[in-house]
Amino acid sequence: MTRYSLRLAIHYDFARPTGAGRQLFRVLPAPVPGLQQVRRAAISLDPATGDRGEFTDFFGTRVIEVAMPPGLTRLDLQMTAEVDRMADESLLDISAPLGQLAPELAAHRDVGCRSPHHFLGQSRRILQSARIAAFARDHIAPRMTVREVVDHLGKGLHRHMTFDPEATSVETTADEAFVQARGVCQDFAQIMVGGLRSLGVPAAYVAGYLRTDPPPGKPRLAGADAMHAWVRAWSGEEMGWVDYDPTNACFVFNDHIDVGFGRDYGDVAPVTGMLRLVGSQSGSHSVDIEALP
Amino acid sequence: MASVQTGGQAKGRDRGVSAYRPLPDVPDELIGPDGLLRPLWHQLISHLQGLSDEDLARATGRADQYLRDSGVFYRQYGSGQSVERPWPLSHIPVLMTEADWAGLSAALVQRADLLEAVMADVYGENRLVADGFLPPSLVAGNPEWLRPLVGVRPASGYFLHFVAFEIGRGPDGKWWVLADRTQAPSGAGYALENRVATSRAYTDVFAGQNVHRLAAFFRDFRDALLGLRTDRDGRVAILTPGPMNETYFEQAWIARYLGVSLVQGEDLTVENGHLMVRTVSGLRPLDVLWRRMDGSFADPLELDPASRIGTPGMVSALRQGGLTMVNCLGSGVLETRALMAFLPKLAQHLLNAPLAMPNIATWWCGSEAERARVMADPSGLVLAPAFSTGLPFDHAGESTLAASLAPAELARRLRDAGATLVAQEAVTLSTTPALIDGQIVPRPMSLRVFLARTASGWQVMQGGFARIGATPDPTALAMQRGGSAADVWIISKDEVPAVSMVAPSSGPYRRSAPGALPARAADNLFWLGRYVERSEGIVRMLRARHIRLAESGRAALPLQGKMDDLLASYGVDGSDGIPQGLLDTLGAAVTSAGQVRDRFSPDGWSALNDLDKSARRMADRVTAGDDAARALSALLRKLAGFSGLVHENMYRFFGWRFLSIGRQHERAMGMIGVLASLADAKAPPGALDLCIELGDSVLTHRRRFSVATSRETVIDLLALDPMNPRSVRHQIDGLTEQVQTLPGAATHGQLSDLARAMLRCQTEIATATPESLDTESLIALRGTVAELSDLLTEAYLR
Repeated sequence: MTRYSLRLAIHYDFARPTGAGRQLFRVLPAPVPGLQQVRRAAISLDPATGDRGEFTDFFGTRVIEVAMPPGLTRLDLQMTAEVDRMADESLLDISAPLGQLAPELAAHRDVGCRSPHHFLGQSRRILQSARIAAFARDHIAPRMTVREVVDHLGKGLHRHMTFDPEATSVETTADEAFVQARGVCQDFAQIMVGGLRSLGVPAAYVAGYLRTDPPPGKPRLAGADAMHAWVRAWSGEEMGWVDYDPTNACFVFNDHIDVGFGRDYGDVAPVTGMLRLVGSQSGSHSVDIEALP
Repeated sequence: MASVQTGGQAKGRDRGVSAYRPLPDVPDELIGPDGLLRPLWHQLISHLQGLSDEDLARATGRADQYLRDSGVFYRQYGSGQSVERPWPLSHIPVLMTEADWAGLSAALVQRADLLEAVMADVYGENRLVADGFLPPSLVAGNPEWLRPLVGVRPASGYFLHFVAFEIGRGPDGKWWVLADRTQAPSGAGYALENRVATSRAYTDVFAGQNVHRLAAFFRDFRDALLGLRTDRDGRVAILTPGPMNETYFEQAWIARYLGVSLVQGEDLTVENGHLMVRTVSGLRPLDVLWRRMDGSFADPLELDPASRIGTPGMVSALRQGGLTMVNCLGSGVLETRALMAFLPKLAQHLLNAPLAMPNIATWWCGSEAERARVMADPSGLVLAPAFSTGLPFDHAGESTLAASLAPAELARRLRDAGATLVAQEAVTLSTTPALIDGQIVPRPMSLRVFLARTASGWQVMQGGFARIGATPDPTALAMQRGGSAADVWIISKDEVPAVSMVAPSSGPYRRSAPGALPARAADNLFWLGRYVERSEGIVRMLRARHIRLAESGRAALPLQGKMDDLLASYGVDGSDGIPQGLLDTLGAAVTSAGQVRDRFSPDGWSALNDLDKSARRMADRVTAGDDAARALSALLRKLAGFSGLVHENMYRFFGWRFLSIGRQHERAMGMIGVLASLADAKAPPGALDLCIELGDSVLTHRRRFSVATSRETVIDLLALDPMNPRSVRHQIDGLTEQVQTLPGAATHGQLSDLARAMLRCQTEIATATPESLDTESLIALRGTVAELSDLLTEAYLR
């Protein structure tokens, strides 16, 4: 188990006062059975607004809902939390062989939030792509288990892609980023999700944080100064979900902290909003994660 | 073949009845299986046979005239643009006996209950998936299954309040369901319009035939909507996607008929969990929303982020239980074609009874057994997308005849994408009589039947909306091509009570306060007032110019140059007979009016459209000079006609106020502009007389001033005289009065910014003299008046 103290600060400047609007924030770590416990989490907004609520969305993510008053010129959000990660770091592969996944899925009669059925087929930002499907096919061999498929595809993608914060934006689709072979964690994750789905493996997009200070003797991981994204693949009834970080070509255990998961970035975007911006908007955010003794 | 007799009254013409033959193996409404005319039809058919060709043309003409007069149209999309089309009415109603209708109604009520139960489950516990009655991918992969709504319980206790079913008769003569309409069913308003039009054509037959009235259905549904409010002052509105929607006319029409407001997504906002309308009186809560917009568009924040017509926070308002939506968001999932494969078993499971009316036989190709069935005998099957919500005869190209595919190709499609496909029995429809070129001939039909949830349960409209095929081809796919709509008469053995929308009064009479005016509607009314007035100003100016051109035969007079400058300030090229700039201004008036059609009488709308169309027709042929002057006079009369209709008939409340404010504001601006240019000390000869002509004040001037026209008399009459309805002073006085009655004009004795600016402006003009109001002051005054528009917009129109 690893215990973290986590702090997120988001700052927006508006060149001209905004109109009224609604914003959703998905930045709070969520409890995940068997994987993550949230000891405490708090969020504050400055200026504070009267009309604020919280709900849990379909996929179990905590959502802060805020009605913004008109006339804002800046906005600051602060989130602090303390989280325990309890991932099982054993590497025992009890995942289903790829060919066995379809009958297991057919027998899986559930559409609750952790059901694999949500994560097949295409979603708004991860449309079917013949290119990504062909790439995925080239990186697997017959009779692989789902975990092996995840590993091979993830490593292959990591070799194919170059980490480049300038190449893409939050609106870039999986296919566009794949063609450029450049992007950030969001692009890596969305492409891998698309590849896995093309193989019939249910795959979710996970949003969260990555520890900033590496454990002693280990290199600092890319994307650590920001919010992070990775992939969650369904590996059959027995093994369930397996998390993989294609940006760093590794399985996910306790260096990552979950906020939520969904079909693609759109389901777990940290900020979703309708602020009517007359002028331009500039924002910055920072994440501090400290492993507690 | 038995002969067709019409009850011994075979006078007049045959109208093709003796040659009328049902298609082989296709049931027909007019001719029974025994080959005889069904008794139900005797009266109508003999009436038709009794009419001369001229009388028949007059009868059907009355129906068409009604539809034109009331502005019934539908919007058709194609080749990149959309156009309004006149409503294609089939002039023979579909007749049904009360007993047959009762049977059909009971079956559809059962189906509505079944769909309610399915909806409650897929947005609740999802037991149907867990227990194997629905495949999980049919729910989880369904684009109409809106995840944010899962777990949201409707405030009213029910998800569905208004549904429709598209039904047809199968080859055995029995009814079956072709499609379920649960998202935002359209057609009920058109059914009512078809009824009015058809009863105009056959007044006597209609009166003598005990036809069930439609009004009771609407009255009860309106009462049901009002009953869903959480308090007596709560509001009910219809949510429209806007004027570009194909059935916007119907939405505006129903809103007017039911007396509820029509709102667009941008009219609404969510405050502290409650849905609010932006009105000229501030935010007002809305309790009940009849949604005519597809669910995923309703909230860009939690549903489709690309939606530009939704309201951020709508889902949140539902989640917090302060809003009843008809139907609840997410109800589109019930329209899924593949669901039909499971409904027979679901009826047994959920209602403990078989489906009282079957739906089209459907096989979801996501399971092996179904795929094998389709492969074994693809003949007579149509292959379509499993998640399609289209009607069997909409969405051309979506469906393929399974047998038209090579077996290997069919097998490949089923193997690769079975879960996304359904196979359905190809639908063949029955026929009903239609009147084509004066002859009665069989045409295929399907019926849309409407159900509303009322205090006493589901109520079925005693009538419906019939689609009539354009050709005799009875396959459902052929219905895509053209076709028309017909009324449906449910005929009782007994006399039917007449019903009107006005409910019998129970309890003391109470005049209800008019609803608050949505800010967007106010904005459109304000601009409608401005554009119509601006059009009038332009027309007067153009007419004056063309009269002078006709008289002098020369365009280059100094006065012409002044007029051209004034016209150019409105974007109008004075040298054309009917310039494009004028057509654009009229077009803008029509667009503004189109946004608030629920607040207009059909007469007002027709008058405005007639004006617009006349101007466009004239533009093609009118030449400069005398010809143009006469055409412009005709337009001026039409403008006066529209203004008269509106100002005589509009209820004197906020809507009328904003329209009047727009008109007065524009008139003040126009007149100041004219005076600043033409009453200037350096204006060319004839300019002062032109002012008086443009101000439509020639007679008044002659009567009031026995002296020659001078700058002083002109300024006095057209700027300062409070009694002259064309003067600037008159507009400012009118505006001041209107502004004082707007909400929030004065709070605790404190004037609003607008009211204060208004008062300043009025004082300025009331204290001016012809001498002091020189060109420079006129230009300054124009700036002050222009500012009023900005203040008004700021205060009320956002």
